[in-house]
Amino acid sequence: MAERAPFSVQTIPGFAAIAIFTFVAIYTPLVILVAFSFNAGDSLAIWEGFSLKWYYRAAANEQVQSAAIRSLYLAGISASVATVAATMAALATTRTRHFPGKTMIYALINQPLMIPEIVTAVALLIVFAWVKVATGHTSMIYLIAAHTAFCIPFAYLPIRARLETMDDTLEKAAADLYAGRWQVFRRITLPMMMPGIIAGLMLAFVISMDDVVITEFVKSAGQDTLPTYMLGQLRRVVTPEINAISTVVVFAGAFLVTIFFWVSSNRR
Amino acid sequence: MQNLRYARQNETVGTTTETGQDGGPNTIMQAQTDVAEPAPMPGDTSNTREIAIDARKISKIYRGEDEVRALDNVSVRIRRNEFFTLLGPSGCGKTTLLRVIAGFEPPTSGQLWLNGKDISRLPPNKRPVNTVFQNYALFPHMSVANNIKFGLEMLGKPKAEINQTVEEMLTLVQMQAMKARRTSEISGGQQQRVALARALAPKPEVLLLDEPLSALDLKLRKEMQMELKRLQHETGITFIFVTHDQEEALTMSDRIAVMSAGKILQIGSPQEIYQRPAERFVANFIGESNFLDARLSGGSVTLKAGGTFPVENPANVADGDVSVLLRPEHAFLSDAEDALPARVETVVYSGEATSMHTRLEQSGEPVKLRLANAPTGSGMPEEGAQVRIGIQPGALSVLKD
Ligand SMILES: Nc1ncnc2c1ncn2[C@@H]1O[C@H](COP(=O)(O)OP(=O)(O)OP(=O)(O)O)[C@@H](O)[C@H]1O
Ligand SMILES: [Mg+2]
Repeated sequence: MAERAPFSVQTIPGFAAIAIFTFVAIYTPLVILVAFSFNAGDSLAIWEGFSLKWYYRAAANEQVQSAAIRSLYLAGISASVATVAATMAALATTRTRHFPGKTMIYALINQPLMIPEIVTAVALLIVFAWVKVATGHTSMIYLIAAHTAFCIPFAYLPIRARLETMDDTLEKAAADLYAGRWQVFRRITLPMMMPGIIAGLMLAFVISMDDVVITEFVKSAGQDTLPTYMLGQLRRVVTPEINAISTVVVFAGAFLVTIFFWVSSNRR
Repeated sequence: MQNLRYARQNETVGTTTETGQDGGPNTIMQAQTDVAEPAPMPGDTSNTREIAIDARKISKIYRGEDEVRALDNVSVRIRRNEFFTLLGPSGCGKTTLLRVIAGFEPPTSGQLWLNGKDISRLPPNKRPVNTVFQNYALFPHMSVANNIKFGLEMLGKPKAEINQTVEEMLTLVQMQAMKARRTSEISGGQQQRVALARALAPKPEVLLLDEPLSALDLKLRKEMQMELKRLQHETGITFIFVTHDQEEALTMSDRIAVMSAGKILQIGSPQEIYQRPAERFVANFIGESNFLDARLSGGSVTLKAGGTFPVENPANVADGDVSVLLRPEHAFLSDAEDALPARVETVVYSGEATSMHTRLEQSGEPVKLRLANAPTGSGMPEEGAQVRIGIQPGALSVLKD
């Protein structure tokens, strides 16, 4: 008889079955979605042969093009601004002495994660509608402001986590070696927290790219992003073009995440 | 509780400095030193010009849920190019004193002077003081060479000079071959040498070392002890070294300060600290001790166990009932008439010496002896035997406790 193994979840009866079921449940719909993006026919249920025509069609669709560009532009700006703000917030809540209200500030930064998105969306709709009427101004600025705001807590989490595990004696050592405050930040703190910042930026970017509810409520006419465009299409005729767009988005996301892991593991 | 001998010596210090210097920028400082109660410094006849660090009545109170008095009115003067060691049990305030000197913690009260200038309010990056941290704190995102370069770059030295100094430092700590490595790719002992090189490169006035050897194994530790002494000698920099290893302190230091509960109990050379501890805590912390009850009168003591002996009195304890210290290696077996009768309780052989626990007949006090072993390995009394114990001349010393 073999020695009794120490406890491991693997020894729970049915562990493998549950694991397999979970993966199947998560990935089957995705696999079907991807498969039908290559359908030669225009059905989402009946396979009529392999074709790339939906990809050509999506790529040639000007509405898709402009929605994709708008999404990238919106996510790029919002995620960057949110990451800068989150970095400052993370520094202020970890690299300072205790001050009254510090815990409260921490709670306030994270609170948006707890508020249902639809509530935020309605609140923003009301405020921005009022501002739009008052100023007559309807540019992308409202979407950028909204996206930046809800991206901040997502960017904040990994950055703060990184800062908390960082030993502050490194910063002391730099100060001991004649570095002024700014030099300590630029030469030590910033490079050390970079993996956290990159993770925060990517998370914020993906969250912004993905958002439907708030965007739908805040956008003005002609400001569709990729997700709101897709939602609009689903209300009308559904063709595998949607599948093709989704597939590209899924693989672009996977590609980004892979690049991130590759970069961060090479740093160490 | 300050004793007479310290006071007397400080008078001498005062007079030497007054006559030794005429005017100059140091006069103001000396005037202040003389007004403020000067730091006790046994055996010190140096003048103020030779003082690197002058800590004056420094207290540090950490205010948290309850107040911690980590430093309690600490005064100490550390000479230039001195290997000065802070020794004491865990939590006695050694690291806190280093942090105050480096500038990481402002003292709650008191002043810190460096080479005749008050640096109490300077931030760490404005002090010509570098630290070797206990966990080394090497920058993990930089190579060995760039770690060493960092301080020089921050000082804005010219490129050529930086490169030359880095090469010198690499040679000094024998890390030439590994200069391009990441600091995570070298061994603990090598990291320690890089930390040392990084702190030495900007040529600080004072180098602070917080238990730099505690993470190393015994062999490497002995090697690094020698290397540290060599570096200190070659660079001429003042070293302030923290350890709680008494042997390390005794072998490496020019002077030792023994600390307990935020206070400095005694400052002196290794010989003074070992042979003439001022109080029981110091005697107990360093080496093995016998404490004997006695009556002090004039320059000699009459032991409760019998016999009258001339005695050293480093802390100037007043006449009366006192405790005296007898180190186990300063007692021996004797046939003399005036030796103290005792009974052997246990005998422990340990290679080069034998430890013998005895009990004095007259007072019932235990006395431990440490006797060198003869080559023949015979001649030690059995347990239960009657013996007489002699005391080497000058071995007894009065304690303040
Ligand atoms: N930041 C702090 N806040 C509150 N108390 C502290 C702080 N740092 C140290 N102390 C307390 O101050 C006292 C002295 O601490 P210090 O670190 O100087 O001890 P040490 O002599 O270096 O001990 P060790 O040999 O264990 O390193 C201890 O009682 C410690 O608990
Ligand atoms: Mg310490």
